[in-house]
Amino acid sequence: MLGLEKKDFRLLLIVIGLTLFAPFLLNPFPEGSEMAQFNAGYPDLMQRFVIFGIFAIGFNILFGLTGYLSFGHAAFLGAGSYGAVWMFKLLSMNVLPAIAISVVIAGLFSLLIGYISLRRSGIYFSILTLAFAQMSFALAYSVLTPITGGETGLQLALDDPRIFGAAQTASGNIPVPALFGLEMRSSYELELGSWLFTFNTGYYLAALFMVLSFYISIRIFRSPFGMMLRAIKSNQTRMSYTGLNSKPYTLAAFVISGMYAGLAGGLMASMDPLAGAERMQWTASGEVVLMTILGGAGTLIGPVLGAGMIKYFENIFSKINETILHGWFAFLPDGLENFVVAMIYPFIGKGWHLTLGLVFMMVVIFLPGGLVQGGQKIAALVRRKKPEDAKPNATEPAE
Amino acid sequence: MGLLEVKGINKRFGGLQALGDVNLSVAEGSLHAIIGPNGAGKSTLLNVLVGKLIPDSGSVMFDGQSVLGRKPHEINQMGISRVFQTPEIFTDLTVFENVMIPCFAKRDGAFRMHAIESIFAEKGIQAQADAILADVNMLEKKDMLASSLSRGDKRRLEMAMCLVQDPKLLLLDEPTAGMARADTQNTISLLKEIREKRGITMAIIEHDMNVVFSLAERITVLAQGMPLVEDTPDNIKGHPKVREAYLGEAQV
Repeated sequence: MLGLEKKDFRLLLIVIGLTLFAPFLLNPFPEGSEMAQFNAGYPDLMQRFVIFGIFAIGFNILFGLTGYLSFGHAAFLGAGSYGAVWMFKLLSMNVLPAIAISVVIAGLFSLLIGYISLRRSGIYFSILTLAFAQMSFALAYSVLTPITGGETGLQLALDDPRIFGAAQTASGNIPVPALFGLEMRSSYELELGSWLFTFNTGYYLAALFMVLSFYISIRIFRSPFGMMLRAIKSNQTRMSYTGLNSKPYTLAAFVISGMYAGLAGGLMASMDPLAGAERMQWTASGEVVLMTILGGAGTLIGPVLGAGMIKYFENIFSKINETILHGWFAFLPDGLENFVVAMIYPFIGKGWHLTLGLVFMMVVIFLPGGLVQGGQKIAALVRRKKPEDAKPNATEPAE
Repeated sequence: MGLLEVKGINKRFGGLQALGDVNLSVAEGSLHAIIGPNGAGKSTLLNVLVGKLIPDSGSVMFDGQSVLGRKPHEINQMGISRVFQTPEIFTDLTVFENVMIPCFAKRDGAFRMHAIESIFAEKGIQAQADAILADVNMLEKKDMLASSLSRGDKRRLEMAMCLVQDPKLLLLDEPTAGMARADTQNTISLLKEIREKRGITMAIIEHDMNVVFSLAERITVLAQGMPLVEDTPDNIKGHPKVREAYLGEAQV
């Protein structure tokens, strides 16, 4: 189906299903209940899930397949964001040209940086990309202020010279990004009993792009091109003595992943039309590395899972504060309650980084294949158990 | 005029003359062995042939074209394949993928952006890969990861990866180095079989005299970077200069 093997097609269907029903799946707890704070089904966070999913899928095409670890991919995301906001300022508030230009700009930018950085491999490649990204960040912050808005970031203004579309709405406000009149921020809310589900236009547009990105990534993974990229990771010497020039292959992978990052940046700006230099900072580049490794580098679905997990931690886990903890452990005697809360507190709320770091360490040490490998191990366990259930009269002694 | 013509190659590493005025001519369809004691310059010569090293002077002509200054992948595309001392294969890929890659390289050249086509749709390439795996008796191992193969199988796989490209010249760098007796015999019979079936021109660098004398049709002896003699195996066996070179090494 769609040029995919059965197994890959099933995976694609699962991803489509998950993104389609995300507003339900991410809001399992009724409003007003104690668990409601674990609900992640609000537009802002759902948008972030899929946008960072796209970012990580693209990064995985470079890192997962070729093994070239770029520490500067946030620069392409940032460049894409700036491009998109400029399109809103100059052309129109329609998101499609903005997204298109963000992909093109990020593609050209990554072609330049990739061409230079790919002269080296291993740690030197990583350092070169890091240096370029930090340079971009510093430039965007200072010298390039007329283009990037400097410290305040690039924002829309009331006097933007928008060619197609008005500079201001009838009520004197700045217009919002839309897809042919369909505003990105508009939502439909569905109340079922005490549950509240939000269906956001921006989320579904971003989700559509993510499904498309995911589909293309499957095609690349299963193509001769993808096989060459894995061959580069495996043995560059044999690669060149087989008559293959690894340089254009790695550069193509670099540019493709840069374009994915640009797409993510363009979508980010479409959801909220502003762009800041901090999107290019090295912490943002490091985040996508974490996402990919956490989920499973070189696997299809891993980066999406990793992105989801990190964004969930960042937005949900970090909101649990001391008062909430005291509420949970109120049933304990006072002294014990305070003790338990004191023990747990460093790991939650503002300490969520600590928990994430521990999880990351566990994954790298025990599951080098990331969450996907964890899933496979669990699936293998379940499968091994099944035949035993099927023959309950088996004579083997129980372990 | 041979398929490979090496004329007056010189290569210095600092004060060391690694190759001094080396001439070599490999005739089409022959199996030419290059032997010599340690440090004779055999590997340096091989690295010049595949484009890894550029000599200080001299010329290397292959099939009427100069090889010098070309990159390894360009030289491979001209029709020279190389087997390494320790097999260089794609260890993270399956055996089948390992042989598919050279098929793509042969068909599509050094680079092609075939990112949307599916591997599963490439029936022609798959048939080619299956055929060569059957040739080296590895068809039943096609879905194994290359890293999990035995040493002998890795050697066979590397050979298959070179052969599937149908090279004009196959360079072998000590293909039996560090092998047990039985594996060495297997490799000799594999090479003989390839010679009989395909008649590929081969140049082989080898330490093991047993291998050299059971395969080679012509032998060049190198010593201290200089070509000592070039002759048939029978004449080389009793040659006084050759004995001297090898005995000299033993005395050091």
